[in-house]
Amino acid sequence: MSKRIDVKDLNVYYSKFLAVEDVNISIEPKSVTAFIGPSGCGKSTFLRTLNRMHEVIPGARVEGEVLLDGDNLYGPGVDPVTVRAQIGMVFQRPNPFPTMSIRDNVLAGVKLNNQKMSKGEADALVERSLRGANLWNEVKDRLAKPGSGLSGGQQQRLCIARAIAVEPQVILMDEPCSALDPISTLAIEDLINELKDDYTVVIVTHNMQQAARVSNKTAFFNIAGTGKPGRLIEYGDTHTIFSNPSVKATEDYVSGRFG
Amino acid sequence: MTTTSLTTSRGAGRAGDKVFSAATLAAGCLILAVLFGVALFLVIQALPALVASPDKIQGGEGFFAYIWPIVIGTLIAAAIALVIATPVAIGVALFISHFAPRKLASGLGYVIDLLAAIPSVVYGAWGAAFLAKEISPAYNWLASNLGWLPIFQGPASATGKTILTAGIVLSVMILPIITSLTREIFLQTPKLHEEAALALGATRWEMIKMAVLPFGRPGIVSAVMLGLGRALGETMAVALVLSSGALTASLIQSGNQTIAAEIALNFPEAGGLKVNTLIAAGLVLFVITLGVNMIARWVITRHKEFSGAN
Repeated sequence: MSKRIDVKDLNVYYSKFLAVEDVNISIEPKSVTAFIGPSGCGKSTFLRTLNRMHEVIPGARVEGEVLLDGDNLYGPGVDPVTVRAQIGMVFQRPNPFPTMSIRDNVLAGVKLNNQKMSKGEADALVERSLRGANLWNEVKDRLAKPGSGLSGGQQQRLCIARAIAVEPQVILMDEPCSALDPISTLAIEDLINELKDDYTVVIVTHNMQQAARVSNKTAFFNIAGTGKPGRLIEYGDTHTIFSNPSVKATEDYVSGRFG
Repeated sequence: MTTTSLTTSRGAGRAGDKVFSAATLAAGCLILAVLFGVALFLVIQALPALVASPDKIQGGEGFFAYIWPIVIGTLIAAAIALVIATPVAIGVALFISHFAPRKLASGLGYVIDLLAAIPSVVYGAWGAAFLAKEISPAYNWLASNLGWLPIFQGPASATGKTILTAGIVLSVMILPIITSLTREIFLQTPKLHEEAALALGATRWEMIKMAVLPFGRPGIVSAVMLGLGRALGETMAVALVLSSGALTASLIQSGNQTIAAEIALNFPEAGGLKVNTLIAAGLVLFVITLGVNMIARWVITRHKEFSGAN
C-alpha cells in the first residue's frame, strides 16, 4: 500500500515564471521524507506537483516526469483526479469540511469513489481511520457533531484520518503543524512515525527540529535570490544532512546561519 | 502619578465612537419605525374591509372569498418563477465563479447585472407583446400531450397571456438578483475547502457539491428569498402579461390573478370600501412576505452548527 516516487528533471512554472528548476529525487516507500528550506524556495510548490494539486492555480504547469512506481503522473491520458485519489494530502491549515459531521468528513473521500458501502462497513472504516489518526478516543462520542468544533490539532488529525480513509499510496503533508501548538504538534509527529509503517510520507516543514525528529531522509531546497527558481540543493539521510552535509548552503541553513 | 493615564481617555476617539454608535442605533430604529408605520397604516386602512358585511365586498361573499383566489394566484406565479429561476441562476453563478475563463466570467457577470437594471414595465411589455405570442404553440403542445395533468389542461389560451407566461417573465426578472448574490457567495468559498475536496480526488463538480454548495447554502436561501420577494410583489409585469380571471388550476389557460396586479389594476378607479379592500389585500401580501422570510431565517439557523461560521 505504499509506492516509491521518482522525479526526473522536473521544472515547475507559474505561467512564464520558473518557480522550481531541475529537480531529481527518489522518495522511498514506507519512510518519511522531509523537505526543508527557507520561505519561497519552492518546497511547497514542488510538493504540490507530486499529486498534481498545483494545477489548481491557473497557469501552473510542469516539465519532466514524476513516476509513481514507474507510472508517469504526467503521462498522456492520466487523470489528475485519479492521481489525487491515490496520493493524499494534508494542508498547512486544518481544513475539515465545516458543513459535515466528523463522521462524514472521514467518509468524504470514500464516498467520491461511489463505493456502495453498508452502514456497518462505513462505521468500521470511520473507526479504523480515526484510530489510525490517533483521534478515535477523543471523538468517538460525538461523531455526528461538526468537525469545525474540534481544536486545531484535532482538526488536523481529522484531516489525516480523512486522507488515510481512502487508503492512498502516498501521503503528502504541507507544513501540517505550522498552525498548531507544541502539544498538538507532538501528537501529529507521533502519528507521522506510525504512518510510515504503511505509507510513503512526504512532509514539508519550516521547522528543522521537526525534520530531524520525524524524517528518514531530508531534502534541502534553496533559492539563489528573489525571482530566481528554487532548486534541490542536497538530499540524503536526515542524519547526514543535519550532522555532515556536503554543501555549504545546507550547513549554513541547518546550523541556523540563515533562513 | 502615572496611574491617572489609565483613567483619562483620548477625547476625540471616544466622541467618534459615540457618534458612530448613535448613528447605527438611529438607522436601526428608523428601519423598525418605517416597518411598523407601514404595518400600522395597512392594518388601520384594511380594518373596514375586514369587518364589513360580506355583501359589500367585491364578489359579494366577504373579504376572505375575495382574497384567497388571488393569494393562490400570487403564490403560483411566484412558485413558477422560483422553480425556473433558481436552478438557472445557480448554474449561471457556478459557471461564472468556477468554470468560465476569467474574461468571459466578468463579461457575463456584467450582462447579468444589467438585466436587473431593466425596468419591470419593459419586461411586462416584452412578455405581453413577444413572449406570449411566441410561446402559445408550446402551450398547445402541452395541452394536447400533457393535458391529462390538471396544470396543463386545455384548451390553451390563444393569446398565451397566462399565469405560466407571467411566471416565466417573473423568473427572468428575478434571475439577476439570485445570480449576482449566489455568484458572490460562491466566490467566497474558502480555497482551503475547495483544495481539501480536490486533494481527495474530487472532480470539479464533486468539489462543488462537497465544498461550494454546502458552504453557500445559507446565502443561496437568502438570495432565493430576495428573488421570491420581488416575484411576490411584482406588479407591472404581471399586470401587462396576465389576462386575469378566476382561479383555475390550468397554468396555460387565461385566468388567475396576483395580489400586486389586482391592486394596481383596480386602485385608480376605486373608492370607498373598495380602497380598503385593496389595502387589505396589500396587508395580506405583506404578511405572506413576512412569513416567507421567517421560514427562510428558520431554515438558515436550523443548520447553524454546520454553517462553517464557527
